[in-house]
Amino acid sequence: MSRRTYQAAAVAAEIAVPVAILAAWQLWTAQADDPKFPRLSTILVEFREMWLFSQFGEHVVPSLERIGLGFGIALVLGIVLGIPLGLSRWGRVLAMPHIEWWRAMPPPALLPISIVLLHSIGNRQKVSFIAFFCLFPILLNTIDGVRGIDPALTETAKSYGVRGLERIGRIVFPAALPQIFAGMRTSLSLAVIMMVLTEYFSSTSGVGYVLLISKNTFQLTPMWAAIVLIGLLGYLLNLLLILVERRVLAWHRGWRAATAQ
Amino acid sequence: MLATLVSIAAALALWELVSRAGLISEQDLPAMTTTWRELWSMMQTGDFWTAFGQTVRGWALGLGIATALAVPIGILLGSSDFAGRAFRVPIEFLRPIPSAALIPLLFLTLGTTLKSEVFLATFGAFWPLLVQTIYGVRDVDPVTLDTARSFGIGGFERLYRIKLPSAVPYIATGLRISSAVALILAFTAELFMGTPGLGQIMNVAESFGLTEQVYALALATGFLGLAIYVVFSAIERRALRWHPSQRVGQT
Amino acid sequence: MSISAEHLLEIRNVAKTYGTGAKATQAIADASFAVDDREFVCVVGPSGCGKTTLLKCVGGLLRPTRGLVLLRGKPVTSPPEEMALVFQEYGRSLMPWASVRNNVLLPLRHKRLGRHERKELVEEALEAVGLTGFIDHYPWQLSGGMQQRVAIARALAYQPSILLMDEPFASVDAQTRGDLEDLVLRVREEFAVTILFVTHDIDESVYLADRVVVLTHAPTEVKEIIDVDLPFPRDQIATKELQEFTHLRGHVYRLIKREQAEPSEPLAAATTATKGDRA
Repeated sequence: MSRRTYQAAAVAAEIAVPVAILAAWQLWTAQADDPKFPRLSTILVEFREMWLFSQFGEHVVPSLERIGLGFGIALVLGIVLGIPLGLSRWGRVLAMPHIEWWRAMPPPALLPISIVLLHSIGNRQKVSFIAFFCLFPILLNTIDGVRGIDPALTETAKSYGVRGLERIGRIVFPAALPQIFAGMRTSLSLAVIMMVLTEYFSSTSGVGYVLLISKNTFQLTPMWAAIVLIGLLGYLLNLLLILVERRVLAWHRGWRAATAQ
Repeated sequence: MLATLVSIAAALALWELVSRAGLISEQDLPAMTTTWRELWSMMQTGDFWTAFGQTVRGWALGLGIATALAVPIGILLGSSDFAGRAFRVPIEFLRPIPSAALIPLLFLTLGTTLKSEVFLATFGAFWPLLVQTIYGVRDVDPVTLDTARSFGIGGFERLYRIKLPSAVPYIATGLRISSAVALILAFTAELFMGTPGLGQIMNVAESFGLTEQVYALALATGFLGLAIYVVFSAIERRALRWHPSQRVGQT
Repeated sequence: MSISAEHLLEIRNVAKTYGTGAKATQAIADASFAVDDREFVCVVGPSGCGKTTLLKCVGGLLRPTRGLVLLRGKPVTSPPEEMALVFQEYGRSLMPWASVRNNVLLPLRHKRLGRHERKELVEEALEAVGLTGFIDHYPWQLSGGMQQRVAIARALAYQPSILLMDEPFASVDAQTRGDLEDLVLRVREEFAVTILFVTHDIDESVYLADRVVVLTHAPTEVKEIIDVDLPFPRDQIATKELQEFTHLRGHVYRLIKREQAEPSEPLAAATTATKGDRA
């Protein structure tokens, strides 16, 4: 098979396979006629009705706010704590047992505790819960990023007397940034999951709440529409992060390409 | 190391202090010693261990099935450029769906049974492992492959002798990630749906206001999580040691 | 060798040992020499003889286990503001996220200078190394030789009185190396700097230097210090054709070969036929 034929076939497959899957879903659900598995067309209609835009403000916005705040707090804390820990061996020795413990703890096990401790099922509890667990991937990646900085760079800084905050701001932070972004990607998808968990467990608003309510009232089409929305949200947020990363780390791609000999 | 123990001891002491001194009311934060005592007495009961076993069972089945599916499929998609490309889009879309979103669906279809729990754990654990396997099979030095090809080594043997060994460290990383995900989801199913296990008894304890038990169970679950993490990290490190691979930097 | 009242830079009985107890490695046993103002001193030695360690001690990046480095009579304990260091791994010492301009600007930022002054220094330095057109490029867009020139420009903009260079051209191809060598000589003239230059390339050391310090192999000491009487300005072709060059080069080479104590290789005996063996 020539190269061009192959390419054409591959592109065709890339389009055909998703389409086939969707078509298969539609056909199967149509003939199965089971209310638990509505037709794709039904789901899409419900999706449009619910999320664009009647319940958007009521539920999607709060969820996005929680993700945004939780992730944002985790990001800032992760970097602010991660940089000193990356630079200090003693800091790491003391902090690592705790970091490892919390990182291994399954988040849902802390859901009831978070409610009891914070006396809330509102944003305070939700954002704290999300922020707490999103902290660790960023923290760990920041530490790794700082530790992995090329010693030639740090020696250069030292020889030119670049110290303290200036060194951190101009050298340590930018050098660690690619690794920090890797942590951000993990944290962001974690944020979506934590949002769903915490809203489903106890909430009065949000996409996770919609999921819960539709289950309780046996309304399956809205439930499916919520599932599709959650998947879409995760996908779009991730895409957004990738776009930001591309812009901020444009130098990194060029550098990797040039040094990849 | 001594510093590790000192660090842990200090944290435990702090917990005890904060609770006993009433900085956070003992209602909300039972003292450290109280929690440990509660855990200890729970561990004397059969119910605790039954629940523990049920959680482990859900986890193991979920991880096991996910592995049995993800590794072969990952090898297939990784080694065949065509298949990889054809299925790229569906994977990219299904991957970010938080398994937690499927809980209501499972509740209504499979009910509050082990099946639901296993399905949830499997679904969640499948994707990271799949992705890592695909990366692993793909991330072979093209020079190695070309050399093999020039020696007349056929496709299947190249897969088996070169690509697979190269993929092992990635699969080990995938297992580490997936083992954690499977536990999270098994527990989530128990907590939210009431399938039998630690999550379910935690839910019951919470609804009865038995805060000490809730904390004790969280501690127990934490240890379970830690044990799994330690084991699978060790496996991962072993797999990485003999293979000079480039890891996809994920935590 | 004359000892003047005060040298600009004095390395006095410097010793450096890594590690402790059983695992201790003595990189430098006892190194002593001096560098005067505006001198170009090259340091050569067999591989692994601690040349880089010595330079880092001089530059204040490492503390000697014994002995002192004196700059204008005062001991060096941390990188002095008067010194600038140029490493071998130019690529890795430049910040990949910053443009050439910002890379050169880095050491200037915390010096008390106005924005306009800084801008001028950067532009002058880049002009001196011939990279004016690349001021807004990124390091990875430049060739190896150009990256090293950026590193040199950065050192120059810093306006040091002493330039320490650690095998700066070792990773650069031979033709570029010649250009960079001439660049460094020009820089010494234009900017009136003192240069301490470590290299393993014997030809390079003789070509550039006013004096060549030859080190023994580890644990290192100064074996010999040779005056290089070749005329200025140096030229890659003319200077290297001079008998004196060949002679000096052979001398240094023989010293090092003896240090390496390797099975006899055909020495450059044929090329030193004229003045007889001075070893």
